Amino acid sequence: MKDWGYSILKGRQIDIENNDFSISRFVAQHEPSFKWCIGCGSCTATCSAARLTGFNPRKINLLIHRGETTNLAEEISKCMLCGKCQLVCPRGINTRNVIQNIKRALNNCHAL
Amino acid sequence: MHFNLFVLPFTAGMIILSLLLTYRYIKWLIDLESGDLKRIGSKILSIKTLKALREIFMESLIHRKVFRNNILLGYMHMSLAFGWFLLIVFGKLETLFYTGRQANEIYYPVFFRFFEQNPHQTGMLIIFNAVMDFLLLMVLSGIVVAILRRFRPGIAGMKKTTKHSLGDRMALAALWLIFPLRLLAESATAGYSGNGSFITQPFGNFMHLFLPLQQLSIVFWWMYSLSLGAFMISIPFSRYMHIPTEILLIFLRNWDLKTNENFTGFSEIEVQSCSRCGICIDTCQMSSQGKNNTAQMVYFLRDYRYKQLQPDLTDNCLLCGRCTAACPVGIDLTQQRILQRKKNAFKLPQGFHYLPVNQPSGEADVIYFAGCMSHLTPGITLSMEKIFKAAKVNYLFMDRDGSVCCGRPLKLSGQHEAAKKLVEHNRQQIILSGAKTIVTSCPICYKSFREDYHMNIRVLHHSEYLNELIQKKKIAPLPSGKSVVFHDPCELGRGSGIYEQPREVLNHFAELRPIYQEKENALCCGGSLGNLSIVPEERCAIQKATAKYLETAHAEVIATSCPLCKKSLAQYSDTPVKDIAELVAASLTVVAENPKILKHHKVQEMVEIV
Ligand code: SF4
Ligand code: SF4
Ligand code: SF4
Ligand code: SF4
Repeated sequence: MKDWGYSILKGRQIDIENNDFSISRFVAQHEPSFKWCIGCGSCTATCSAARLTGFNPRKINLLIHRGETTNLAEEISKCMLCGKCQLVCPRGINTRNVIQNIKRALNNCHAL
Repeated sequence: MHFNLFVLPFTAGMIILSLLLTYRYIKWLIDLESGDLKRIGSKILSIKTLKALREIFMESLIHRKVFRNNILLGYMHMSLAFGWFLLIVFGKLETLFYTGRQANEIYYPVFFRFFEQNPHQTGMLIIFNAVMDFLLLMVLSGIVVAILRRFRPGIAGMKKTTKHSLGDRMALAALWLIFPLRLLAESATAGYSGNGSFITQPFGNFMHLFLPLQQLSIVFWWMYSLSLGAFMISIPFSRYMHIPTEILLIFLRNWDLKTNENFTGFSEIEVQSCSRCGICIDTCQMSSQGKNNTAQMVYFLRDYRYKQLQPDLTDNCLLCGRCTAACPVGIDLTQQRILQRKKNAFKLPQGFHYLPVNQPSGEADVIYFAGCMSHLTPGITLSMEKIFKAAKVNYLFMDRDGSVCCGRPLKLSGQHEAAKKLVEHNRQQIILSGAKTIVTSCPICYKSFREDYHMNIRVLHHSEYLNELIQKKKIAPLPSGKSVVFHDPCELGRGSGIYEQPREVLNHFAELRPIYQEKENALCCGGSLGNLSIVPEERCAIQKATAKYLETAHAEVIATSCPLCKKSLAQYSDTPVKDIAELVAASLTVVAENPKILKHHKVQEMVEIV
């Protein structure tokens, strides 16, 4: 293979072939507004949990879209469901139901 | 002994019904919460039992609350229930009078006119017969309304009647047939024997002109008995189960039983008491203003009864409580919904390890807890701080840097275990401050503090607190002469019963305009955290409709006392929407800017701080 002088940083690589998109599909099916996210980060900026810990709803959305779901269960359980994110989201996304359905998807695979 | 083969369907139905009912009653009583049976024991011989009897008469027979909702609908329910009840009572009395014996065959009063074909009636019997005819007429008139309503749904008030299952349809058909068949059977017998009264006799005579009644009457009696038997057997499998269950419910409720944190036998009784009157459909804004005609409480309860309840349907409800306020049976509908959500709760790892360790944060007399939402409406928190300072209160703004959620949103979604962690954290923090009073701006936190926190501290919503400050003359808002209309937040009004305090506050300085749908009947702003799965368009439709409705009061300001209501309404209202804390704070500022007014108001000192 020709060496172009570039290398791939493993951490930045999105491995479409091997990633798990089942949660992304499940959430989009049950809460279609999930797909409207533009990644603006307003939700994270206002998030009650993010003030106290490294919780980041925007990042979670992004990672699920990419199919990167390691540690998702621990992460998503940090949400207090307070609803601030929903009020600030400029896209009018039903963010709480997105979170609820992420939990439901995880719960379902745990049950299996 | 009176006997004819046709009594068998009725008698069989009666026996099967009694057995099934006894079985179910015993099962529910076994499933009651521990302590409930003891409670019943201590209340059963008290005045509460008499109260229950009175309530049963007013609600199960007369259907007073349905009357209040709609006269024709009320008449339909009353003539059916009360008329039928009286038919049974008078039928029994008639046989008692006629035979002089207490005990007769159970079917004897029902088929009395068949067994006693004596045309020579005297004295009391004439009266009894006339009463029975009159009662039959009364029940039949109710049936006519019911049939009309089925084909022309708008006629008795409600716009939408409920969709029914197959079992319900069968029961309904039997019910519709019973009384017309009774009329036919009694009239036919009267036609050839002459034992009828003012309705059955002329009708019988008329039929006798062209029908061989002597042979035909037995057919009618068979059909009457069959329809009665079919109806009774279908009761436990149809919505008509609500008739025997509601009576039990009224007794238990009067003995202070209710649905708490767990789904118990009592909750099951509540579910089974729903008559599917459909009143909760039209009160639901998801149906009247949105396009959702599947998630209302009547369908929710029905699906649960038939074991077909889907999580999506359970989640799709604002928990606004409008249906609970309207339900003539008095079922705690929102709690039912929460408990079903609880059954669907997720089994996921516990995620709140990050909550900071509780540390003393300074002593204060009053703790102010703004709540998550209030941080998105800084107008409210700034106003509250201004007011605290003006009233010289030693206060502590507990969540100045941001809140740990009170836990109620998680609880509303059925995640009680997760919610407990948040409750425990906040509770410790509040108790550590040593304050005697906690004031919150958010009705959701307020309800949570009052019901879940079990603290030995006064819990006040800011509308109560402001009212207290004004009454104690700690602050004196300056009359502005502005007209306002007040929007009752669901969790504060229907949820916690706070209706008057915010109105009193407003009356101190503004002209409060009434609006038709207020207090218990107030609309939901649509912003509710209770609904997880409502589609955004429908939420917006509700928010808009409520804002537009409030505008019809033509007030200069729409006042409310909830950050979430404020945000929801403000998006769609052309009239400014203000929290009462903002209005009070503003009226204090007016004083500060016009020192001349001060002399009249004796608030000099106070205003300096403002
Ligand atoms: S609902 Fe969850 S994600 Fe949204 S702001 Fe509250 S804690 Fe953060
Ligand atoms: S605020 Fe809404 S659009 Fe922005 S990142 Fe969060 S979910 Fe996406
Ligand atoms: S829940 Fe109440 S209002 Fe709704 S149909 Fe049942 S009895 Fe009627
Ligand atoms: S609580 Fe409100 S939204 Fe839910 S069913 Fe009742 S009226 Fe409809």
